[in-house]
Amino acid sequence: MSSVLEIRNLHVSINDRPILRGVNLIVPQGEVHALMGPNGTGKSTLAYTLMGHPGYQATAGEVLFKGQNLLELKPDARSRLGVFLAFQYPVAIPGVSVANFLRTAINARRRTLNTQDKGIPVPEFRKLLRTKMELLQMPSDFAGRYLNDGFSGGEKKRAEILQMAVLEPELAILDETDSGLDIDALRIVSEGVNALAGPSLGILLITHYQRILNYIKPDVVHVMYGGKIVESGGPELALTLEEHGYDWVKERHPSEV
Amino acid sequence: MSASDTKALEELGSYKYGFRDPEDYFYRSGKGLSRGVVEAISAQKGEPDWMREYRLKALEHFLKRPVPTWGPDLSGLDFNEIYYYIRPSERTGASWDEVPDTIKKTFDRLGIPEAERKFLAGVGAQYESEMVYHSIQENLSKLGVIFLSSDDGLKQHPDVFRQYFGTVIPATDNKFAAINSACWSGGSFVYVPKGVKVDLPLQAYFRLNTQSMGQFERTLIIADEGSQVHYVEGCTAPIYSKDSFHSGVIEIIVMPGARVRYTTIQNWSTNVYNLVTQRAVVHEGATMEWVDANLGSKVTMKYPSCYLVGKGAHGEILSMAFAGPGQHQDAGGKVIHAAPYTTSKVTSKSISKGGGRASYRGLLKVYKGAHGSKSNVVCDALLIDPQARTDTYPTIEIDEDDVSVGHEATVSKVGEEQLFYLTSRGLSAEEATTMVVSGFIEPLVKELPMEYAIEMNRLIQMQMAGSVG
Repeated sequence: MSSVLEIRNLHVSINDRPILRGVNLIVPQGEVHALMGPNGTGKSTLAYTLMGHPGYQATAGEVLFKGQNLLELKPDARSRLGVFLAFQYPVAIPGVSVANFLRTAINARRRTLNTQDKGIPVPEFRKLLRTKMELLQMPSDFAGRYLNDGFSGGEKKRAEILQMAVLEPELAILDETDSGLDIDALRIVSEGVNALAGPSLGILLITHYQRILNYIKPDVVHVMYGGKIVESGGPELALTLEEHGYDWVKERHPSEV
Repeated sequence: MSASDTKALEELGSYKYGFRDPEDYFYRSGKGLSRGVVEAISAQKGEPDWMREYRLKALEHFLKRPVPTWGPDLSGLDFNEIYYYIRPSERTGASWDEVPDTIKKTFDRLGIPEAERKFLAGVGAQYESEMVYHSIQENLSKLGVIFLSSDDGLKQHPDVFRQYFGTVIPATDNKFAAINSACWSGGSFVYVPKGVKVDLPLQAYFRLNTQSMGQFERTLIIADEGSQVHYVEGCTAPIYSKDSFHSGVIEIIVMPGARVRYTTIQNWSTNVYNLVTQRAVVHEGATMEWVDANLGSKVTMKYPSCYLVGKGAHGEILSMAFAGPGQHQDAGGKVIHAAPYTTSKVTSKSISKGGGRASYRGLLKVYKGAHGSKSNVVCDALLIDPQARTDTYPTIEIDEDDVSVGHEATVSKVGEEQLFYLTSRGLSAEEATTMVVSGFIEPLVKELPMEYAIEMNRLIQMQMAGSVG
């Protein structure tokens, strides 16, 4: 079964206010697609909708993934199907350690495959976590800290990619993973993403700066504007945007304002 | 779905300890309370006269005193419908073989003998009114550590017992201390000699079996100078349509430089009125810690207290309450600073769901002359759903200028963004809510010995089962 993401004519509202107005997008397995665009055009709305946030109502369209319409599934079912969202603003869960949380998440997946599953053995889990944390150059005490509680901006983003590394999704949506990162943290996070990229993973990388694309090379670049995808092209499209700014998009698509 | 799945689903969210045994007793008093009942209890025990007189005086006080109305609704508690004394067997066993089979089986199901073998220094098991089992590791008794039922404590160590009994919580302290003083039976008598440190916990386990039973255990702990001990109590009962009543009194004397921790994991069935008075007198340089977790019962009123009477004494109260549908947990703590440089810390965590009500009720008192004292009180409440309710009743009385006192209270709800975040990682809504709750009480759970921490997390999972639609 192919795990290509196919979005068809997706319309989404928040509190009855339309935000997405007919998004069409295909992200094949194994490819990295960048989604760019100015603030407030609906990029994060698309990310939340793909993951199933209850506050976002899809009023029309379909989102197909592994033969299912994602819109009909709850967030946990989407996750277990292989969808992952790296949050722009991850929330704190005080009192729950990174390790405890990840073990629970892994076990939730294992139980989907086998209801009798007794959970990942502790030594196996420790080894897995250590390997993934080394990949992201995280100190070992990180596993014992409470999830996102008092994390710096950079730690939060790294923790998101750590979760992605441990949960091994087939579709990863990275919502402005580059925002708030200094240049070293950006490099580490990007290296982490690159290490995970491969033939079995599709990546939708949401950003409004070209900067991260120096580290993570997209196969395709899309531009969102006014709740639609208005431009698609190769990596050179990002450079055009960098050079001309988003005014260039606005001039080419005046009717979408 | 397999048969075992179906069974597992049925058990999920149900009260696991609700089973009951047939009633076959050595002695049972009639229903209701009278002079005759109190005299019969005393006679059954073959007590000295002073104790019989003490009981009868306490009874008078109980009868005179009104039911308190400042807290939870106690109107459903009918004192005439209660059995005040049931003696399940003739004597307290020092080995499990001496315990009657049905009762032994009950404690087996509750995992007590197994826990004793694995990680406890001593165990007492109370069934209805009496301790049916009491045992301590031989090496500790050789060091002079005493761990007996309170009845045996009175018989075997009459002088020490009389010296301290009722000195921390007099019979006239409150209505429920009075009824306990009149009807007390069972509980533990603990004495730790000077300088002796008991590394593993001593555990007492309390079980109610009969419908409409009243259990009035009485515990007296004396930690002599520089000694150290951790006492743990657990409690369960079957589910009946008629309410039962548990009213314990726990008195603790922490001598200079000693350290006592008293941990409760209260998991009564939801038809039990749990009205407990527990208090410690803490002398110079000594430390008292209450770790109090209340998950079960219909109504709980419990405010573990530290009376810091010696210079530099330290008291800590870590209180956790979980109120589900139909439950009212009125918990908290009291700290009295009555000497200079005394310090205290109160942390309260309450969780309510499905119409359950959790209240924090606390008193912080600093007397004139307790200069250089410090106290910090933190109360956090977590609401699982819109039907849940929480209240905070903090009282702070400071009669000394040179003190440092902090108080903060927060109320939070399990947030939609937290749930979305956790479910986006594959956790079901129920698992996600449970995880937020577990995180919330983590500061308390991490204070528990590992075996109890695991048990506590499991109890929380059971409480949370079925809470998300």
